[in-house]
Amino acid sequence: MAWIKRHLITFAALAVLAYTLVPNVIVAVFSFNDPKGKFNYTFNEFSTDAWTNPCGAPGICDSLGLSLRIGITASIIATILGTMIAFALGRYRFRGRSATNLLIFMPMATPEVVMGSSLLTLFLMAGIPAGPVAILIAHIMFCVSFVVVAVKARVATLDPRLEEAAADLGANPTQTFLRVTLPLAAPGIAAGGLLAFSLSFDDYIITNFNASPSSITFPMYVWGAAQRGVPVQVYAIGTVMFLIALGVVVAGQVVGARRNRQVA
Amino acid sequence: MGDTTVDRTGKGDLSLVALTKSFATFTAVHPLDLTIEAGSFFALLGPSGCGKTTTLRMIAGLEDPTGGRITIGDEDITDTKAYQRNVNTVFQSYALFPHMTVVDNVMFGLKRRGDKDAKRKAREALELVQLEQVATKRPTQLSGGMQQRVALARALVNRPDVLLLDEPLGALDLKLRRQMQIELKRIQQEVGLTFIHVTHDQEEAMTMADRIAVMNAGRMEQLGDPATLYERPSSTFVANFLGQSNLLRASVLGSESGNGVVRVRSHDTELEVVRDHLPQGVGDVWLGVRPEKLRLGESGGPNRLSGLVRDVSFTGVATQYSVEMPWGQELTVVQQNDGTARARLGENVTVSWAAEHGFALDASQDAEAGAELVDDRG
Amino acid sequence: MADAAVLSTGSSVAEGRRRRNWVPYALLLPGLLWLFVFFVVPMITLASQSLQEGNVDDGFVFTGNVAVYGQALTTYWPQMLRSLLYAGTATVLALVLGYPLAYFIAQKAGRWKNVVLVLVIAPFFTSFLIRTLAWKTILSDNWVVTDWANKLGVTSVLQALGLTANDSLLFSPFAVVMGLTYNFLPFMILPLYATLERLDPRLLEAASDLYASPWQTFRKVTWPLSLPGVVAGTLLTFIPASGDFINARLLGNTQTTMIGAVIDSQFLRVLDYPLAAALSFVLLVIILVLVASYVRKAGTEELL
Repeated sequence: MAWIKRHLITFAALAVLAYTLVPNVIVAVFSFNDPKGKFNYTFNEFSTDAWTNPCGAPGICDSLGLSLRIGITASIIATILGTMIAFALGRYRFRGRSATNLLIFMPMATPEVVMGSSLLTLFLMAGIPAGPVAILIAHIMFCVSFVVVAVKARVATLDPRLEEAAADLGANPTQTFLRVTLPLAAPGIAAGGLLAFSLSFDDYIITNFNASPSSITFPMYVWGAAQRGVPVQVYAIGTVMFLIALGVVVAGQVVGARRNRQVA
Repeated sequence: MGDTTVDRTGKGDLSLVALTKSFATFTAVHPLDLTIEAGSFFALLGPSGCGKTTTLRMIAGLEDPTGGRITIGDEDITDTKAYQRNVNTVFQSYALFPHMTVVDNVMFGLKRRGDKDAKRKAREALELVQLEQVATKRPTQLSGGMQQRVALARALVNRPDVLLLDEPLGALDLKLRRQMQIELKRIQQEVGLTFIHVTHDQEEAMTMADRIAVMNAGRMEQLGDPATLYERPSSTFVANFLGQSNLLRASVLGSESGNGVVRVRSHDTELEVVRDHLPQGVGDVWLGVRPEKLRLGESGGPNRLSGLVRDVSFTGVATQYSVEMPWGQELTVVQQNDGTARARLGENVTVSWAAEHGFALDASQDAEAGAELVDDRG
Repeated sequence: MADAAVLSTGSSVAEGRRRRNWVPYALLLPGLLWLFVFFVVPMITLASQSLQEGNVDDGFVFTGNVAVYGQALTTYWPQMLRSLLYAGTATVLALVLGYPLAYFIAQKAGRWKNVVLVLVIAPFFTSFLIRTLAWKTILSDNWVVTDWANKLGVTSVLQALGLTANDSLLFSPFAVVMGLTYNFLPFMILPLYATLERLDPRLLEAASDLYASPWQTFRKVTWPLSLPGVVAGTLLTFIPASGDFINARLLGNTQTTMIGAVIDSQFLRVLDYPLAAALSFVLLVIILVLVASYVRKAGTEELL
């Protein structure tokens, strides 16, 4: 009993961890199902159909491709814009700092449905048609703040003396930025970029307001499928995404750990 | 001192002319005139906030002076940027690039100037600081002492006209600091570059530097070699900041006894001080004597005071006494443990010293100036 | 000397910045312009849209029709209230569940720290919708979870609380709140972890050395020091949860509709733009008022 009491937090933590992981396990298991009927609720029969024929469900790979293109473009642009803002906030004193902070914070403090619908009203009034461009604009908008947060955290820990040392050793401002500042900020920028990509790739609510019938992103495809019956391929793709995410996060941790070991 | 132009580095002396730095609310460095001889080991010594680091940063180009000029030899570098100056700095926290290996750190400056021979020179610099075996490690894998030497190599390898050291030993423990002081001095003599060393540690400054400028509150208090600063401080600040001083209030009696000695009266006792050690045209003075110049008993010289031993602390090589004078002031006496008998607590003793061991300072100064600022770490 | 060095660095930094004053503005301009045009301006067009009258075919005209807000609130206050209630409950649950896990990762996991952290972060990078669909499978009647819940009497308790209607778990308020809790849990755990990781374990030792029981140590030391993480985590959970309608749609029934779904369908299916805009604007104002009163304690700089 005393042993259980002592490790109460550990048990609670592991239970919560299990709670967060159960759906991923289910997704992986059901990607090997050959469902009876159109709803993939019960495990019927083992099958690798979804894995050998991932584009087997009509439209699924088109939507995946669109989501990847939008995700990559949005995350690159949002990372550039967000990194610039993070450097300004982390490195300079300027007037209007609190207004800037507020403007960065606001998109994170606004429900997606409000952002999506308000953008729709703007696009309606400005005559911008719904579609991939509108989606891209929206995704960049809500990703920028998250990039700023990720990069700013890193920039704040950079020692300004390292840049002084570079100047002292004869590096001009451009060389200092490229050889010292940027490599040191890189982990934060990479984290911001990955976060932006995953937010963009996964967004349904805002996208739904700005999509046209011809611009179906992957989450929209899944949403539509959820009403009609989800193809097994969705579960296979979900599993692949989980494994890629796991791989990327593990790689990030390994690189981070190596850096930390050097610091220690 | 600018007349000695021994030109060992080929560039000449560093001169600061009326160099000034003011911020919105205060002046960090009042107009400062200073010439630092090429190839010398120079120390800027002073307490926290005295302006020594600001002065160093102005020389490095990391801080823009509000006024005045900086020249090296005939070249005026006042308006050049930090990266255009042939001046390198060993930073207080080392500021080694954590994303580069040790050798890449050392090559950084050479590469910026497109030196084809960077790799070999970097290896040589690492040999000079005895770190060739860690060339491919990351700085963060090294100990503090090793990082310090990498920072030194990274600056030295560029053969700067002036090498600046900003409290380079501040983060090291006492033993390592002593070792590095000797090491730094050796390297400076080996490479023959001008070193300017900023420190708050008077012992460190005296151990290493050929000349020292003592700074206080943005002004230079005194400039000279370590022995002169110690033996003949020109202000109570220097007297207290460089080692300990006993300061006795005295008035000059003015009668010179022919042998270059002036008589002064302190608390109804007549004392002697060498004429050269007395400021001109001053009637009231602080008469200063270093604790180790005082003797218990009458063997020290003609100046004698009696008092009561209030405290005895044994420190190994020496014993420190606190002797209370009849007017309440306590004099500190340090006696070498050379086998002579020691005084006991509560004993009545005579304290004596020679006329040439005293120095007199204008009494209009605060006797405590600088005393509270001494850092005991050194 | 350290303080003087910092002082002079600080002032020189300010000095250098004064000279190249335009640099920060140049860095800020593109990003802030984007946010202004595509975040701030839409809020204005949203407000404007809500005060227009007309229909999609004939176009909308600005009439300043404030009555639409009255109509929106009288018709949809149950959905609005339900959204805040569900989001609030999910936030509290996420805090209760997330805190032990965050504490465990930060203070107890030791060499497993990074592994556990990866396991918490990785699902967050996989599709929200697919994971919610997985819950639909898990909670469906065909599965063991419902069986056990029935056998252990959990469903009776849930029914008594009005969280489920019958012996099924799926398509109930319970399922919706559970889905919201699950989906936004990482947003709670990560800020909590960030503050708890900075917590010096020696403080906890000092507290117990000074005769504090584990519970008192938590109340008087751990909890107050983790408040910035609690504030950030609760906001990052509550805000998206309040506007979410995916969980309500996939895991709930017609009685669990949240305000996000109403806005979505009014805009995209009913095409009553003014009403939809008014609802959206009301939701924004409610969230802003709640957040502002909450943030007043913490400050935005702290949250970023």
